[in-house]
Amino acid sequence: MANEGVNQSRRRFLVAATSVVGGAGVVAVAYPYLASWAPSARAQAAGAPVEVDVSQVEPGQLIRVEWRGKPIWITHRTPQMLELLPENRPRLSDPDSTVVSQQPAYCQNETRSIKPEYSILIGICTHLGCSPSYRPELAPPDLGSEWRGGYFCVCHGSRFDLAGRVWRNVPAPINLAVPPHKYLSETLVLIGEDDEGVAA
Amino acid sequence: MRALVDWIDARYPLTKTWNEHLAEYYAPKNFNFWYYFGSLAVLVLVIQFVSGIFLTMFYKPDAQLAFASVEYIMRDVEWGWFIRYMHTTGASAFFIVVYLHMFRALMYGSYKRPRELIWIIGVAIYLVLMAEAFAGYMLPWGQMSYWGAQVIVNLFATIPVVGGDLVTWIRGDFLISDATLNRFFALHVVALPLVLVMLVFVHIVALHAVGSNNPDGVEIKKFTGSNGHPADGIPFHPYYTVKDLFGFGVFLILFFAVVFFAPEAGGYFIEKANFQMADPMVTPELIHPVWYFGTFYTVLRAVPDPFLGVLLMFGAVLILFFLPWIDRNPIKSWRYRSTIHKFNIVFFGLTFVVLGYLGLKPVEPFYAELGLRLTAVYLLFFFVLWFHSQPRSSLFSWLSFLVLVGGYTYWDYLRLEAGVDQTLLVAMWFIPTVYLVICLLLPLYTQLNEEKPVPARVTS
Repeated sequence: MANEGVNQSRRRFLVAATSVVGGAGVVAVAYPYLASWAPSARAQAAGAPVEVDVSQVEPGQLIRVEWRGKPIWITHRTPQMLELLPENRPRLSDPDSTVVSQQPAYCQNETRSIKPEYSILIGICTHLGCSPSYRPELAPPDLGSEWRGGYFCVCHGSRFDLAGRVWRNVPAPINLAVPPHKYLSETLVLIGEDDEGVAA
Repeated sequence: MRALVDWIDARYPLTKTWNEHLAEYYAPKNFNFWYYFGSLAVLVLVIQFVSGIFLTMFYKPDAQLAFASVEYIMRDVEWGWFIRYMHTTGASAFFIVVYLHMFRALMYGSYKRPRELIWIIGVAIYLVLMAEAFAGYMLPWGQMSYWGAQVIVNLFATIPVVGGDLVTWIRGDFLISDATLNRFFALHVVALPLVLVMLVFVHIVALHAVGSNNPDGVEIKKFTGSNGHPADGIPFHPYYTVKDLFGFGVFLILFFAVVFFAPEAGGYFIEKANFQMADPMVTPELIHPVWYFGTFYTVLRAVPDPFLGVLLMFGAVLILFFLPWIDRNPIKSWRYRSTIHKFNIVFFGLTFVVLGYLGLKPVEPFYAELGLRLTAVYLLFFFVLWFHSQPRSSLFSWLSFLVLVGGYTYWDYLRLEAGVDQTLLVAMWFIPTVYLVICLLLPLYTQLNEEKPVPARVTS
């Protein structure tokens, strides 16, 4: 091939310019493919709020309902359970629920709930997403004498008290999340929506 | 026949390829038992492809239908159980073979110059294989498929800032769901196998360009015989093809013994919880990965901080990429390296196995502490490997020893204050410490660190 009389710098410029345009094309084509992995319109629509009648929950009982495919725990705490809650404080990582992402402002209190007796939590361990087991008993042999009732994650050994507050020195870093919710009547609760609107 | 071959050769390098890779590819004459596993890995790859293609003909990648379609394969499809058990046993066999193949490289220094790229491509194959196995494990949509995927996908949630959105993007939903299953199916049957085959091809091309290592770790290309080929080499075909075929025979006997008589392998190859359909509301009592991920799962659980755990886990895999530059000792084979080096390699192998076992166990104080200490040994191994690259002064030896032991002892001190069981902690403290005494200090006071002269040519 004859290379005489070739304007080398123009040739380099044209090669670079073509590469840039081609690269932009690759990026433009990649976007729809990557975006297709995001939740589809159908998946987003399926995340509607759910209503639960809490009067059906016996004292001391935990029921699970499904919201956005996640287990939501509704625990009816007995007066004794509520009395024991403060005893956990020295063992907790965040006893005052200062991590704002883990509960709506109206649940940033001692019991992490609107009504003290009803605890509403997303039943997914904040470590790696297992669903912890409900262990309301006092000081069972496998959990030790300091146990005042709570939730124990068998996957990696994380511990939470009956308000979903995480212990120190366990794999889970933060308290269990409280979903946005509001009471429509004395006993009817709507999960996934509060006075500020539907959950993001 | 000759005419046909000539006709093809004029249009495609058929004879040339045959000669370069088989008939005139000269491999060292002193291969031993450990050199079966490369060709066995290719055999297992073929088994997985054939059985996988047939499973795809009956399986339905739909969260409503997947579990039932697997049961359908097991009960109603003619010989469906046989095809599926070959695939499930093949998955475990793949990892057994690959782990032994990698251990061979450790023993004989096969990752060292000039074979660094072969090693790096090999580690990439291992990574893709793990992704492939993980995606495949999700498809039966049993409880362990579901919750295993939940735990592993949530690993990415620990990444600061972008973690949550990233996990939603991977799942394609707010939870592991049909969308997730569908895309993992696509990855498992199309994308990852394609990458795997390409990488295996490149792995073999690189190997055949550089030439195989051998148990003596000497280069056979340095001495050429009268025919212009390496004097210590023999043509791969027929010598090693026949040897490998014998290996295939022994392997297939063992393989089908598992397929026919113990396909679940006591819950290790197919976990018991996976005979229940996935239920997003109920977590099984004990979630653990399949045995071949156990080691890295223990590393993940060893430290309380999730993001640090994830970094450690990925670090434990990715550090393998740097092995050729960590071990700078010019001697390849452990035959001519020190006794302490041999101990280091064997102890690393043991650590890997015990960590794998611990990954399948619940988090009890004893297992957790042992897992933590062996995780330390796993990581220290790479330091020791570097440390043994050349003779070290006694000042440097003692300094390294004190800094390392001091480092984790200080951390233990902090853990004691947080109320960890004292006797357990102190007892387990000895594991990494004795390991470091042997590897860092014994060279100063014994003859165990003496290396032997490497012969110029292979010995047997």
